[in-house]
Amino acid sequence: MGSGSSVNANYKYSLQKSENAFKAAVLIQRWYRRYVARLEMRRRCTWRIFQSIEYACEQDQIKLHNFFSYLMDHFTPSSSKERDFISRMFISGESFKEAELEKYCDYESMEVPDSYTGPHLSFPLLPDHATALLEAFKQKQQLHARYVLNLLHETRKHLKQLPNISHVSTCYSEEVTVCGDLHGQLDDLFLIFYKNGLPSPSKSYVFNGDFVDRGKQSLEILIILFTFLLIYPKEVHLNRGNHEDHMVNLRYGFAKEVMQKYKVHGKKILKMIQNVFCWLPLATLIDQKVLIIHGGVSDTTDLDMLEKIQRNKFISVLRGKKRKESNRNVEIQEVNGESNAEADPTGNEATPSLPSQPRPAQAPSMANRLEFSRWVRQTVQEQIEWCRRLVDISESEDEELTYSSMVSLADLDGPCWTRQEEWKQILDILWSDPMPQEGCRENTVRGGGCYFGPDVTGKILEKYNLQFLIRSHECKQEGYEFCHNRKVLTIFSASNYYEIGSNRGAYVKLGPDLVPHFVQYQANKTAHTLTMTQRISRVEESAFRALREKLFAHTSALISAFKAYDKDNTGRITLSNWATAVESVLHLGLPWRMLRPQLVRTTADGMLEYKSWLDDLAMEQRSQEHIQSSLLEVIYRNRSNLETIFRIIDRDHSGLISFEEFHQTWKLFSSHMNIELTDDGINDLVRSIDFNKDGNIDFNEFLEAFRLVKQTQ
Amino acid sequence: MSWKRYFCYEGKRANGINGCMLQTLGFPNCWDCRKLDGAVAEIEKKIIEAFEVFDHECNKTVDVREIGSIVRSLGCFPTEAELHELLAKVEEEEEPTGYIHLEKFLPVMTKVLLDRSYRPIPEDVLLHAFEALDENKCGYLTEDELVKYMTEEGEPFTEEEMEEMLSSALDPETNTVLYRDYISMMIVDEPEDLPQ
Repeated sequence: MGSGSSVNANYKYSLQKSENAFKAAVLIQRWYRRYVARLEMRRRCTWRIFQSIEYACEQDQIKLHNFFSYLMDHFTPSSSKERDFISRMFISGESFKEAELEKYCDYESMEVPDSYTGPHLSFPLLPDHATALLEAFKQKQQLHARYVLNLLHETRKHLKQLPNISHVSTCYSEEVTVCGDLHGQLDDLFLIFYKNGLPSPSKSYVFNGDFVDRGKQSLEILIILFTFLLIYPKEVHLNRGNHEDHMVNLRYGFAKEVMQKYKVHGKKILKMIQNVFCWLPLATLIDQKVLIIHGGVSDTTDLDMLEKIQRNKFISVLRGKKRKESNRNVEIQEVNGESNAEADPTGNEATPSLPSQPRPAQAPSMANRLEFSRWVRQTVQEQIEWCRRLVDISESEDEELTYSSMVSLADLDGPCWTRQEEWKQILDILWSDPMPQEGCRENTVRGGGCYFGPDVTGKILEKYNLQFLIRSHECKQEGYEFCHNRKVLTIFSASNYYEIGSNRGAYVKLGPDLVPHFVQYQANKTAHTLTMTQRISRVEESAFRALREKLFAHTSALISAFKAYDKDNTGRITLSNWATAVESVLHLGLPWRMLRPQLVRTTADGMLEYKSWLDDLAMEQRSQEHIQSSLLEVIYRNRSNLETIFRIIDRDHSGLISFEEFHQTWKLFSSHMNIELTDDGINDLVRSIDFNKDGNIDFNEFLEAFRLVKQTQ
Repeated sequence: MSWKRYFCYEGKRANGINGCMLQTLGFPNCWDCRKLDGAVAEIEKKIIEAFEVFDHECNKTVDVREIGSIVRSLGCFPTEAELHELLAKVEEEEEPTGYIHLEKFLPVMTKVLLDRSYRPIPEDVLLHAFEALDENKCGYLTEDELVKYMTEEGEPFTEEEMEEMLSSALDPETNTVLYRDYISMMIVDEPEDLPQ
């Protein structure tokens, strides 16, 4: 039966074919799923890289503080010049009384020239002003300094009337929209307004802090937010974030942005902004049920205390450790048998009596370091106290000298909390992060606030009869994230925060039922057209670039760590040891074995030639050969610290510091960093950079010379 | 001389002289096993790293739905069916909680890597697979063909997976999948970094 057998054959053939198709499909699917999984892993690793570097950077702030503490404890100025220099660093800015502030930041005498084509503001503000501003900023125009200052004055007047905790009710406007960190990303604010509508009597908004720093249009965001705040005071609510802080602004770009945009009046504007930030409310309550704060809470958070303290006293929340604490450390060290020759002498000195203008007393002999240190401290203390007397504020005896002497210390007339307790309340609110484990511990990564667990959240919610918390402060992939069993919501409104395509931004809407509805977005058009692979690759590239830079900055430490695994001095170590060594130096908590293929390109039989790997890293950073490599490393590692220190010294924000100041700074810095650098060494360093003959240094040029200025500038 | 057969503590036979040396030197494991120990330690470290990337609560557990990503990112190419088999070994016996514990996952995954299960798919095999689907041997698949095969045959894709694959596989001009080019674009060279 010929036909029968050919039917059979056909049948077998098609069976075979479909079997093949099945197998082929499985194979392709198997392969593809593996590809996607790898992408997912890469994406998460990239995220981890960015986060760990970001938070390690914030930790630098603490290192900066340690640097100043170190100065206080160890520096023995050899001349009056040096002494003045140090004391100037600590009197980084004076606190102004109301009248003096008005006088200093006066705008009425400022003339707006006819050539000015930007928007004109008149007070009280009207909705038309807001739309004009939005339009102007879209056209990249700049608001005249006079209007900026006027706006800031009015904003300050308004904020002063507000309580520490704003109250919002959903019965007036049906929905409240809550936005998180914006960080100077104006495009995101525009996108939010486009999608959600402008603030109006029927559209309430809460902006949960961190309006400024990092992004390039922080000032525009502030202007817009303050404008809407004044036009719709009942509907627009602003919370203070940890970046609404002068010391933080010095480091993270806002101060720089203002000075670049307003070369003549920038200083005044910054001063005003300082005095506006400290008046921002600390928290917002919706329907008495939802608490909105920027960072988080701690196990000691006390809303009653928060409501009553004078929030404007805390111009900057970054402070130093208490002297008493450092005493304790010394004691512990001594108990452990370690000697500390430069021990901090007693913390219980009597407050020196204050002459009307302190003249530095005769310095005791330098032979007695303890004596001398104490004398330095006293002298500087006197100087500061004197300055404070000038502006009629007194210092309590408990007060620790801090480098952020911006803290104004009005007399306490009322509740008996210590300044320390009040300060901790605010610090916790602005800087804390939630953690999955129970409990409450110090947030050592950020250097301020704490990590709070679900039990802490639970207690706070119960104590104040709340339903859940809304906070920001941390970047989230999807723009928002729940934790603590949906009792804590993080909302983050700056999309593409780390890099184009890194994350979405989001805002949340709450109606009277207090059920959150989310809207996500991504501000960059490019992000949409990229495939997932391309997006991830791009962000990944950025992350690894940052990571390689960090590795380079620790070259010497890495070499020592590698050598410990290479006792025979072969120049090679196993990849496993590489991973362990790198983590022990960088302390970033990253999955190094996962990241290795992207960081270490060539290996020979599973071993790495570490010297040549480090050389490759150095070549990427385009280091200059004639500068001692370890020095360059230190500079890289401490680049942001350097910049911040320079900005503190350059009090008039002119961008120039004198040669002498530069020399002093460098000497202090190098001694703190344990680099051997003689005076001649510093001079050589200085000579390799061109200076204009008047002895002033543009420190941007200095940083530029070392290729430290970021590419974006 | 008769060689006694010794067993090292790993339960592997220690051959000949190594075995004798074992006893005299007092090592519990033979040379081979000890060499493997170092490799095992390294494999375990890698597995733990990969696991922790997905451990959001930092409590040594991951959502069961992430196991696939973890296993695959460690260099394995299991089918969905093989993955389910593996899951059965690491899930809680009594009641599946939706979470997988590291202590259960680690030994199972270590064995997978040591045994080199779920080997990678070489480029040419992948090419053959595409060619098998390309009935007319024209060097490409149409969008419809690819969707049909991927969502109806084998271990079907979800809608999301299909969309994502199309976004990178489809040549926008011709609306076809030029699979040769696609494969070369996607194949990533990864160093074989498992210990030999």
